[in-house]
Parts: sequence; C-alpha cells; structure tokens
Amino acid sequence: MNSTQTLIKDLARQYGRDRRNLLPIIQGVVEQENYISEFAMIEIAKELNMPASDVFGTASFYSFLEHRKMGFYVIRVCKTIACAMKGTNQIMHAIEDMLKVKIGETTPDGKFTVLQTNCLGWCHKAPAMLINDEVFTDLSPERVREILGEYMRKNR
Amino acid sequence: MNEKVNITINGVPLRVDENKTILDAAEELNIKIPTLCYHKDLCVAGNCRVCVVEQVGTNKLPAACATPVHDGMEIMTNSLKVRNARKHIIELLLAEHNAECTKCYKNGNCELQELAAEYKIINQEFMNLVADHGCTIDDFSPSIMKDDSRCIRCQRCVRTCAELQGVNALTVAYKGSEMKISTFFEKPISDVVCTNCGQCVNHCPTGALIEKNYIEEVWEAISDPEKHVVVQTAPAVRVGLGEELGFEVGERVTGKMVAALKRLGFDAVLDTDFTADLTILEEGTELLHRLKEALVDKNPDVKLPMATSCSPGWIKYIEHMYPEYLPNLSSCKSPQQMFGALVKTYYAKERKIKPENIISVSIMPCTAKKFEANRPEMHDSGYRDVDYVLTTRELAIMIKQAGIEFMKLPDEHYDRLMGESTGAGVIFGATGGVMEAALRTAYEIVTGREVPFENLNITAVRGEDGLREAKIKIENPVKEWAFLDGVELKCAVAHGLINAREVMELVKSGKSDYHFIEVMACPGGCLGGGGQPIPTDPEIRKRRMEAIYAEDMGMPIRKSHENPEVKQIYQSFLGQPYSEKSHELLHTKYLPRERY
Repeated sequence: MNSTQTLIKDLARQYGRDRRNLLPIIQGVVEQENYISEFAMIEIAKELNMPASDVFGTASFYSFLEHRKMGFYVIRVCKTIACAMKGTNQIMHAIEDMLKVKIGETTPDGKFTVLQTNCLGWCHKAPAMLINDEVFTDLSPERVREILGEYMRKNR
Repeated sequence: MNEKVNITINGVPLRVDENKTILDAAEELNIKIPTLCYHKDLCVAGNCRVCVVEQVGTNKLPAACATPVHDGMEIMTNSLKVRNARKHIIELLLAEHNAECTKCYKNGNCELQELAAEYKIINQEFMNLVADHGCTIDDFSPSIMKDDSRCIRCQRCVRTCAELQGVNALTVAYKGSEMKISTFFEKPISDVVCTNCGQCVNHCPTGALIEKNYIEEVWEAISDPEKHVVVQTAPAVRVGLGEELGFEVGERVTGKMVAALKRLGFDAVLDTDFTADLTILEEGTELLHRLKEALVDKNPDVKLPMATSCSPGWIKYIEHMYPEYLPNLSSCKSPQQMFGALVKTYYAKERKIKPENIISVSIMPCTAKKFEANRPEMHDSGYRDVDYVLTTRELAIMIKQAGIEFMKLPDEHYDRLMGESTGAGVIFGATGGVMEAALRTAYEIVTGREVPFENLNITAVRGEDGLREAKIKIENPVKEWAFLDGVELKCAVAHGLINAREVMELVKSGKSDYHFIEVMACPGGCLGGGGQPIPTDPEIRKRRMEAIYAEDMGMPIRKSHENPEVKQIYQSFLGQPYSEKSHELLHTKYLPRERY
C-alpha cells in the first residue's frame, strides 16, 4: 500500500465511509498532496463504495480542490474587477517574468504553479494574491518580486 | 387516500391530489406545458426552467415540474409574463447551444429544436457563447457519441445513468459557466464503466448524446453488387419501428418492416428470432447440464445461479461491476452474435455463397449491440460475425431516405433459412421473455410435458416490477432427468441495471437460492432499449410489451424446440445442443474489466 492509499484509509476511518464524508476526505488529500490525483479519486471511490465519476464531479466543482498536479507553492492571483482595476495585469507579468511560466503552468522544478482565482475578499487592499494559504495584498510588481524572491530561496 | 385541493389553471377550476405537481395537474386538463429536463422515467431536476408558469398573486414564476400544488393556487400557463420568460429561457439555452441544426444528427427529432420552432426564436438576442466553451466531441466508442456543444446540461443523461442503470458513468463536473456533463476525469466514454446501453441517448433531448450511426456504410454495402447483404431483425424492433413511421405506439409492423427491408435492397431478410430460439436450446441445455453437475456431480467449478447472456449492456455491466460472477454467465452468445456466426458458416454453405462476400447487418433496439459486434471475441466464423448494427431509429431513417411509404406497404414474410421463428423467440424482446421461453422448452425436455400454464403463458415472470421471482416445481421427469424430481426451479428476472445490481447483491449475500436469473440492461427489456424510438417512457414501454405478447399469441409455433428450421440446423450442421460445433460457433467467454 502506498502513502496515498494509507492516507485515504486513515481519512476514511477518521471521517466515516458515508457519502457525505466525501468532501472532508478530498480536502484531507489535497492538504497533504496539494492536489487530488486520478489515483486518489479511485481509491476514495473504492473506500466509500461510490462511483468514481461522483468523486470527480465533486472535486472538480470546487476551485481549491485541484485535480491536476500542482507545484509545491500554488500562487493564486485574484482576477476579479477591483484587483484588475488596481493592476493585476502588471502583477501577472511580474510573476510570469520571474518564474518563466504562464497562467496554469508549473515551474519545471515543480516548486510553483500560477493560477487565477475569483475574489479573495481583499478588494479594499487590491490587488491581492494567495500563496498556498497565505494572503498578500497591496501588491506592486516590486513587492511581488520581493515576495517571490523569498519563496524561491525557501526550501520546500 | 390523498387529500384533494382546489386550484385553477388558466381560470379552469380543478380538484386534484395535493401531492401532484403543477405539471401533473395541467396534464389532467390537457394543457401542455413545455419541458426539457423533465422526463417521466426520472426524478425531478427543475434546472432548465422552460416549464415556468405564473402563480397569480405572487411575483414568482415557479417551475411547473418541480412545484407541488396547494389549495387555492391560481396558475397561468400562457400569460404574457410566462411567454416572455419562457422565450428568454429558450434563447439563453440556444446561446450556449450549437444550433447548427441542419448539421445535426437529431435534426427533426430534437426537443430543443421543437421548442425553438414553437416559440419562433428567430433573432438571436443573446451573445452566442458556444465557441468560448471549448467543447469536445467524443466519438471513440463504437456505440455512443457525445458532443458537448449540443448539450444543454439538463442532466437527464446523468439521472438516467444513475437512477435507471446505477452505472454512474456520467456525472456533472465543474461549475458555473464551465459546468459540463462528464465521465470520470473527462475520459472517453469507451474508457469508463459505460455499458453502452444507450439509455442516455434515448433520454437526451438534443443531439448531445447520439448513437454512432452506420447508415452510410450499410447503403454502400447494399449498392455493392459483389456483396450479399443479409439483415436480421431483433424481436423488439417490430413493436417499436412503427412509432417512427406514422403508426400508433404499440402497433406491430413485422410484415411491413420485412417488406421495407426487401425494398431497401437487402439480399436476404432474416430473423434474429430464429437464433433466439436457438439460444433457448443452447441455454436451456446448458442450464440442465449445470443443474446436473452442481446438484448430482457436486462439481465445485459449476456455478449457479446461471445468468442469461443476451443483453450486451448487462454483460459489460457484470464485467465491470461483478467480474467474480463471470462464471455464472451462460456461455451462450447473444442471438445477434449466434446469427452472425451462422450467417458466415451455415448460411454461406447452404446458399453456396463465399462468406467473404457476405455483409451481415443487424437491426437492433440497442446501442450496446454495436459494441458487442465490435468485440474481438466475435469472429468465430473466421470473419467479423456481424458487420454493422443499426438501431430501430437508424432503420427508420433509411426507410424515409428511400422514399418508401411505410404505412402503405403490404405485409411480407421473412426469407427462409434462418427466417423461421416462434412465439418464444419473439418474447425475447420483453423483460422475462428469455426466462419464459427457456422454461417452455426446458420443462418439456425434462418432463416430456408442456409447462403447466394456460396457453403456455407464464405470467409470473411477466410484468413491470424491476425484480420478479418465480418458482416452478418439476414433477415426474423423464428418466434422464430423474434427479430433478421434486426440485423447485427458482428463477429471478431483473430489468434495468439498477435492478440487476439488486439481484447481484442478493446472490452475493448468499440470501438467494436462485437457479436461473434473467437480466436485461434496459427498463422493460429490449422493447425499452437505448436504440428504440424516442421518446420511450413507462406508458410507451407498456404498450410495446402488450404488442410483444400479442405477437407471441399470434404465432403458430410458440416453443423454441419446435421451430422446424432449428431442428433442421441441428440435423444438418450443429449436431445437437451444446455440441462441440455449437461451442465453437455459438458460445463464448467474457473478460473482467476495471470497475473504476
């Protein structure tokens, strides 16, 4: 049994094997692995004795339950209007320039993935972005370079 | 007793059960409210909104399919407010729908197109978003094609796959404007648990899910003078085809169908019912052998209950979901595949035609048959046993294309050699039919007497309940089957894969002691198949079922073993049921598949 299988068995034991416990189990996997793989979905389906398609349907509904392999740090830049008016464009350029990837892509070393997200609720301090669970606001291209520089020096 | 409530619809007073919806109530008054996501086979979804009506005295436009009536309710189904709202809803649906109707397979048989025509949606008021969606077409499956650009996300297919079939090959994925109907991980339909039953195709209101059609290929074969094109017709086609061609539901059109097929240019028009009869002899014999080996010889490798293997949707279902029970499946091929194997061997030999020049076509009420014909196992004649499978709907299209006035055709007879059939073969088209046909023959083999039921009608295995059970006691058998004396043969019949699951769970739990199980993948059996005319609903299935049993009663021979052509083929070609030759051509094996 590999680590994903063990993780899912533990989560199923912890939350129960009812259909309604699907979401916390998926969340548990995403917390550990940064995304939920096809393999993990099938394991969950087996564990909960439910159709794999329903696990996929549920996971794909939620923006933060990614089912494509993500980098260690997932950068989510707000794409909604308040941030856009305060210069998301430049923020995006700065990130893409620094990491040499485009929106939706992951750096070759697997360290960063750049995504867009809907409103983070930080309109009053726009533009805003998330790196994993941490929020950064009042961004400018210089500030982004500073933040990313720190992350690039960080170990995983 | 339900409480009654008083309501008015368009000013007409009505007293109606309180658990009824506005839609049900309007139906009682013969007022039509348009629907799209609603289907009589399925649970209420209420997501398309085209059935909105006005509830007088409120600001609301409730969905008629999803709103129960209550006392004093005043409903308007055709006020200006309703008309405007409904028109906008249709326009919005069309804004996200690939409305190139002339390039659509469902052109002329599309519920959305009908609505657009009814409401005369001529100007495009809303921006068209189809191009932005990046829709995909999945045409990898030999049975079913899925075109997301035609999809209106009503989710009938998802509910069909879950509620009627319990397969859940389809799901709703993503959300908002990106929401789509998807398989697991957006894989092709051919790569997931799909059984190819085609119920989703039958329930789809648009051209998003259609059968993969082989009409042009068949026309090409017919026009090739080198080829001898043989066609076989399944039992359920003759009670459905008329619906597509102007007849009332439940009209039997056997003779006209044969006449039409001859006019289309097929070189021989033959009957799958012939191999249905043959299936009974093979499968009935197999059952008796299994009973002997299990009850007398105590052979642990012989599995009971034995399950029928005529329905290719059921076969693929068990391969995916219960692979450990594959040894319980009868090794008999389905009548279609038996026919295919015999056409290119027995028929070719008798008719002195080179098998490589034969094209074998079958007309089926089924989309899974297309997949079945495509299986690598199905080449026992040395060629592909069945070359093309057409649904009832595809045949209707060909008849229309040929300019044949179907309703005015005379009744004609099947050609001979594999065209003779019995009432037992006909009832294969209804749930319980294989069981009944098998019992008519097996009981007589064992006891030497006819089954003890009036007119041979074993009514206990008939009907519409999803899972039915029957017992038949064997008394005074002939010497060879003496060990069966006093044995009560226990049978179960299930239709719709959701009920197949129920019966398999019973078997798995060890709570059942069935000897013989019949499973048909589609509700109602083949007469409710995924390839049958659209719409199909509970009432229509009932009428087709009555037609099947009427056809059976009208046949001069009603027991498979009395079919003269069946006797002949055993005499001159196969030897006897369950012989080596039979095994070579008429039996097969199936393989386990992934459940996820």
